[in-house]
Amino acid sequence: MDLIVVKNLVKQFGDFTAVNGINFSVKQGESFGLLGPNGAGKSSTMRIIGATSQRTSGEVLILGKDPEQAGPQIRAHLGVVPQQDNLDEELTCAENLYIYGRYFGLPKITVKNKLDELLEFAQLLDKKNSKVKSLSGGMKRRLTIARALVSDPDILMLDEPTTGLDPQARHILWDRLFRLKEKGVTLLITTHHMDEAEQLCDRLMVMDKGEIMAEGSPTELIKKYSTKEVLEVRFGSDRNSQMVEQLQSFADRLEELPDRLLLYTESGEDLLAKIVAANIHPNTSLVRRSSLEDVFLRLTGRSLIE
Amino acid sequence: MRSQTAVRKVSLTGFRYVVEARILNMIKWTRIIIFVAIANPILYLLSIGIGVGSLIDSKDGLGGVEYLTFLAPALLATAAIQGMLDEVIFPTFEGFKWVKNFFAMNSTSLTGTDIAGGVFVAALLRTTFTVVIYWIALYFFGALDSPTAWLAIPAAIFAGASFGALIMALAARAKNEDVFMLITGRFIVMPMFLFSGTFYPLELMPTFLQWIGWISPLWHATDLGRFLTYGHQISTTTLIFHLIYMFALLVVGLYFAFHNYTKRLAK
Amino acid sequence: MLISAAVSIAERQANRMGAKHYAGRSHVILERSLVALKSSNWFPVVSGFLEPLLYLFSFGYGVGTLIGDIQVSNGQVVSYAMFIAPGLLATSAMNGAIYDSTWNVYFKLHEGKIYHGMLATSLGPLDVALGEILTALIRGFAYAVGFMAVATPMGLIPSWWGVLAIPAAVLIAFGFASIGMAITSYFKSYQQMGLINISLLPIFLFSGSFYPLSVFPDWAQIIIKTLPLWHAIELIRNLSLGIINFSLLGHIAYFLVMIVVGLFFTTRRLNALFMR
Ligand SMILES: Nc1ncnc2c1ncn2[C@@H]1O[C@H](COP(=O)(O)OP(=O)(O)OP(=O)(O)O)[C@@H](O)[C@H]1O
Ligand SMILES: [Mg+2]
Repeated sequence: MDLIVVKNLVKQFGDFTAVNGINFSVKQGESFGLLGPNGAGKSSTMRIIGATSQRTSGEVLILGKDPEQAGPQIRAHLGVVPQQDNLDEELTCAENLYIYGRYFGLPKITVKNKLDELLEFAQLLDKKNSKVKSLSGGMKRRLTIARALVSDPDILMLDEPTTGLDPQARHILWDRLFRLKEKGVTLLITTHHMDEAEQLCDRLMVMDKGEIMAEGSPTELIKKYSTKEVLEVRFGSDRNSQMVEQLQSFADRLEELPDRLLLYTESGEDLLAKIVAANIHPNTSLVRRSSLEDVFLRLTGRSLIE
Repeated sequence: MRSQTAVRKVSLTGFRYVVEARILNMIKWTRIIIFVAIANPILYLLSIGIGVGSLIDSKDGLGGVEYLTFLAPALLATAAIQGMLDEVIFPTFEGFKWVKNFFAMNSTSLTGTDIAGGVFVAALLRTTFTVVIYWIALYFFGALDSPTAWLAIPAAIFAGASFGALIMALAARAKNEDVFMLITGRFIVMPMFLFSGTFYPLELMPTFLQWIGWISPLWHATDLGRFLTYGHQISTTTLIFHLIYMFALLVVGLYFAFHNYTKRLAK
Repeated sequence: MLISAAVSIAERQANRMGAKHYAGRSHVILERSLVALKSSNWFPVVSGFLEPLLYLFSFGYGVGTLIGDIQVSNGQVVSYAMFIAPGLLATSAMNGAIYDSTWNVYFKLHEGKIYHGMLATSLGPLDVALGEILTALIRGFAYAVGFMAVATPMGLIPSWWGVLAIPAAVLIAFGFASIGMAITSYFKSYQQMGLINISLLPIFLFSGSFYPLSVFPDWAQIIIKTLPLWHAIELIRNLSLGIINFSLLGHIAYFLVMIVVGLFFTTRRLNALFMR
């Protein structure tokens, strides 16, 4: 069953088109990722699906309902982690979770009984009665994520959930999200981290300038938009661009980054040998498997982490 | 090692830079500043001066003095104090908390004393502007009744400066801006405005409340202003006392303002 | 798929009229204000009720000594403090409600982003708007009770009708809060919001808190009588002095219209206000 269906979705801010006619759908229990450079329109799309922003045109159905006609009913199914934390700074951690549950209409006692579990999830039990104002950025992020779970959502929408989290907290979060997914929760995630996308997402969509560039599972995307291996070579920042022309003919495809050149090929070792045989000697070289990063670079012309 | 909190001498160039920066900042608000400076006296004079005045004058409650004349110097001093407060409180919070530009200034050769001095002088300039406009309005309303009336301008600015310096010193130490503004607004400025002999002679208040007037720079400036604008009788001792009190407040206020600015920047 | 409690609660409301804007749960917004009151806002809120009292003490006694007694509309002669007390109550009802529905809403919308959080839940925008208005009313009610508790023992409320000044203050707060909310929905910048404060000063100064309108020429009186605060002051003053006649209905009607108009525009602008 398709939980989320988006057809020809357009979102304009004044004259500016942030989302330009995109189509996709997400199945129940699936984990769906949105990738794209800054300003691609990911958050705008998320807000429209989250029934907190009005679309300019197109069709959107969440659980078969139009978010503009049935906002409250749809939002009752959603747990939303916005890109920017919007915790209630006047309240403590526990009060934030409590009142959020009350916004959903949950009985006081139900919410109170959940507080400790959620604080535990956010690893903030010791900060239970601290004002949100006094938390660090990463702690706020964790509290925002815990808050999204207070209503036992069927669909969890996470807009760059791990920004500001330390590596340990990030891995813990991945683990917990994975368990939620096992329980049947549908995940909708935007991220700038390829490892995160590869870990968490069954299916991905790469967006740029409000349009969809590609869609598929991580392996499909790599297969379709990249070669099996990549040879990374460095000649020093002033010489890199001079070498482009000489190397062009060796590889299936070549990408020039400020600090290195990427040569796409089926076998990196063979390619390196050929280059050296042609008397070209890079300062350093590295062979690796293609990753989503390469797909991204190919599709958007931009490196992911800007 | 140099003491971090020592108040150092003002360097003229640095201080001028801060004044200029503040004035450039005010220019953004020129239209609002001018509008408020003109509208405020007119509204108060029409409403309280003429409205309440017509009731009081019909009973001749002030022994021959028109209420508008009586009220004028008090409103003038109030405007000076209010203008001064706006221009010291907000920049202090902006500089230390909201934008934190004081820390950037301090990392150049500017000292806390330069910055505090600059903010203070810029505030005085803005206050002078407001007070002069107010005085002109009073003149057109016919509320001034003495050749020395123009001296009420420096008297009002003096009150604004001495109270402003004190509040600036406190603002530099405030942790929570909202609470600070609330406390100064509700528990200091508002009672001062209402109980400093502003709207009626201080002697009409119960004796146990008259101390509010005695410690309030607003009352000292108002009493002085009444002497200057319509020849309200005060003894020479009282006159000197008004001046000494405001001067002492100014010196103490500025000392702590410089001190607290320097200290906060060193944190 | 297991149906969560949140979903079944939302589904129960789904077929009601206006369900896309209103989940029937404005009281949780009030609950949030109370939690915030307990944890961080009590000082500003509690101290807010002092302001009209300070004016009352200063003007009532000081200026009162100079003015003596005042004759009101039905020929009754009252002390100056009795004359201004209702005006101050009405003014504080106005100020509180306007603040709650304008600056407070603006801050929560643009600075704190608190509404973004609320509206990501199954609340509707109308829940939030009504909840904020409800909060303003409760606060107005509390201030009115506090004010009356001080003014009555001082002998400033001579009539038993004065009890009705409390619901009247709530009605006044309702009118101002719903208009304030509607106005906020059209404003986008601090400069525009500043207009609210600038326009409140003349309303406060001229609506007759401190003196009868008869001190002004006829043309000015006509203008002042169109202002909401004048109706508010007249309503509360007549009730607390026990002057009961049909004009009261006129003042009440004025505020009912204000409420309806305010809520109409607030509802129409809900998406502009909350769903940008
Ligand atoms: N409220 C708004 N008003 C005007 N323009 C907006 C608004 N919100 C977003 N935009 C514009 O729409 C475009 C898409 O923004 P969006 O936030 O959806 O990007 P994003 O893909 O989430 O980017 P990021 O990775 O930086 O979060 C951007 O160019 C942005 O400037
Ligand atoms: Mg985004």
